[in-house]
Amino acid sequence: MAYDGKDKVLEEVTGKSYEFGFTTEIESDKAPAGLNEDIIRMISAKKEEPEWMLKWRLEAFAVWQTMEEPDWPHLNYEKPDYQAISYYAAPKQKKQLNSLDEVDPELRRTMEKLGISMEEQKRLSGVAVDFVMDSVSVATSFKEKLAELGIIFCSMSEAVQEHPELVRKHLGTVVPTRDNFFSALNSAVFTDGSFCYIPKGVRCPMELSTYFRINESGTGQFERTLVVADEGSYVSYLEGCTAPQRDENQLHAAVVELVALDEAEIKYSTVQNWYPGDAQGKGGVYNFVTKRGICHRRSKISWTQVETGSAVTWKYPSCILKGDHSVGEFYSVAVTNNAQQADTGTKMIHLGKNTHSTIISKGISAGNSHNSYRGLVQIMPSAANARNFSQCDSLLMTDTSGAHTFPYIEVKNPTAQVEHEATTSKIGEDQIFYCLQRGIDAEQAISLIVNGYAKEVLNQLPMEFAVEAQKLLSISLEGSVG
Amino acid sequence: MLTINELKASIDDAQILKGLNLTIKPGEVHAIMGPNGSGKSTLASVLAGREDYEVDGGSVDFDGVDLLDMDATERARAGLFLAFQYPVEIPGVSNINFMRAAVNGKREHEGKEPIKGKDFLDMVKEKAKLVELDGRLRNRSVNEGFSGGEKKRNEIFQMAMLEPKLAILDETDSGLDIDALRIVSEGVNAMRSPDRSFLVITHYQRLLDYIVPDFVHVLVDGRIVHSGGKELALELEEKGYDWIKEDVTA
Repeated sequence: MAYDGKDKVLEEVTGKSYEFGFTTEIESDKAPAGLNEDIIRMISAKKEEPEWMLKWRLEAFAVWQTMEEPDWPHLNYEKPDYQAISYYAAPKQKKQLNSLDEVDPELRRTMEKLGISMEEQKRLSGVAVDFVMDSVSVATSFKEKLAELGIIFCSMSEAVQEHPELVRKHLGTVVPTRDNFFSALNSAVFTDGSFCYIPKGVRCPMELSTYFRINESGTGQFERTLVVADEGSYVSYLEGCTAPQRDENQLHAAVVELVALDEAEIKYSTVQNWYPGDAQGKGGVYNFVTKRGICHRRSKISWTQVETGSAVTWKYPSCILKGDHSVGEFYSVAVTNNAQQADTGTKMIHLGKNTHSTIISKGISAGNSHNSYRGLVQIMPSAANARNFSQCDSLLMTDTSGAHTFPYIEVKNPTAQVEHEATTSKIGEDQIFYCLQRGIDAEQAISLIVNGYAKEVLNQLPMEFAVEAQKLLSISLEGSVG
Repeated sequence: MLTINELKASIDDAQILKGLNLTIKPGEVHAIMGPNGSGKSTLASVLAGREDYEVDGGSVDFDGVDLLDMDATERARAGLFLAFQYPVEIPGVSNINFMRAAVNGKREHEGKEPIKGKDFLDMVKEKAKLVELDGRLRNRSVNEGFSGGEKKRNEIFQMAMLEPKLAILDETDSGLDIDALRIVSEGVNAMRSPDRSFLVITHYQRLLDYIVPDFVHVLVDGRIVHSGGKELALELEEKGYDWIKEDVTA
């Protein structure tokens, strides 16, 4: 009797392949597997980089060789063989493109499957999209419009060529090369990414958006993003990811650096949907990301992330609140299902006086997955009257999933106010039955309940992203109640 | 409308319903009364398709189809509504969005397009009047922070929105003050019609002063042991259940 929806749904889900699991057949210009100085020289040469950039990479490589992969996260995975990875792949594009019409039709189809119709994006949403296909940016739009305001939004490769003074000034200042194993690796081999500069006093009139996509089989993706908001400026930056299905693990070690100068504001939103692997976790993306921003006087950095993908996630978007009266925010929804593992959270480092930070973290664990929040709130002696509020909630969808919270609080100034709230709950059978009794099916019931739970975070996202994020949450949790 | 034949059901291996028979015709209002633990709420849950309960035997025909063959969602979409004794809170999900999902679920079942935004809002406005559910409550998260009376009014509002064929009210009167009881009852009465049936489960005769039933049944130990007209409720109020229990055992 009763509803046997659970079994049905489980069956469907295990039978359902990853929605964005397709690959585009585009000829690739690919480096042989392995990492050594020659490969780095090759990457640098392919990208026609100036000497200083190559030098920077080689130094990073030297540092990386002395470092060890961290084993403190609450993660269990087979460490990648870094010599088995190919560190460069570029779609073969014979000439520079002037408009979207010149883009390879195959590539365009991929974008459309991802729901990124660039024309639509351009016309309707006013989003400038810098689409990164593998490692080389193939299409950039809205650039001229932005240029009128003095805003620079381009690929990192282009920035190295066109704006070396800005790149040299800021690259590696927020996430130093030797910060950690993955940031060192990224510094040595990053192939592309995005660069954004907002001049003094300019409010960027549109959401800047980059869609990343791993495409070449066996290619690690090492993105490097740098956003600099000059004094009194404002920018909202969106980053969204989908990845195709793969048999072997794919490594993704990105570095994102944000610089908010005096009275500037940066809002950085991410929807992450890398391939999570099959039901056993085989073949999913390893996502080891270092994201950090520095806040100068009266500036604000707000991170919002919706993490639903990857087999393994290691990610702590952080804020260094250096300037007095600066504000850091972190809003996160992390969903893990099947055999996924996530160890994510934030660091709020309070250095300036009257600095404020807010942390809202919502973890959702389903299947046999493990979801950890790891956060550090550090109030340094100089940070008089610093304040932090943290709220870390965990929602368990099954008896076999795990939620873990590792909050670290270090207060070295007696005037600080730090609040931490945490809850763990299991999704209510009563809530689900209530929905079912109203004629709402099990999938939609879970979607409603979970989106309600994550609402505080989803509300932080720009409108068009919020809709996408809601869909992702539902897709990620299909058939996950047990 | 509803024909229950020798229904047996258990939870955690304890049999609660032990061969229950009940027939409800279109337009009729049936009340089920009975002492604590007699199986009243179990009957409501089993009919609604709650999966914690195991059906051990018997059959239930709902408007010509085998009710026990459907899952909870299908039963709801087919027109069975349960007003919960303890309505559930769903934080972060607005009452309006919740109802839109429900209404569209039913429409999908009927082969209709999802309801248009304006039509939906007009419908909400109209139905909310029935139970005096103001805009503030409509836009808040489902039942979150609602008083006991507000929750029950919200149940009746949802019932009005979904226009079921059969509405089961599971102790809807519990926790209601006299004013809320009046509002809720008036909402229910406004919905009485020749093709809609009600199964009213209650402990107290009080509710039946407002929602006057056509039939009253007494449930004892998983079976209906006595049936009568509305006057039976008054008799029960006066004499309690013991005389019926004695009758049964005698």
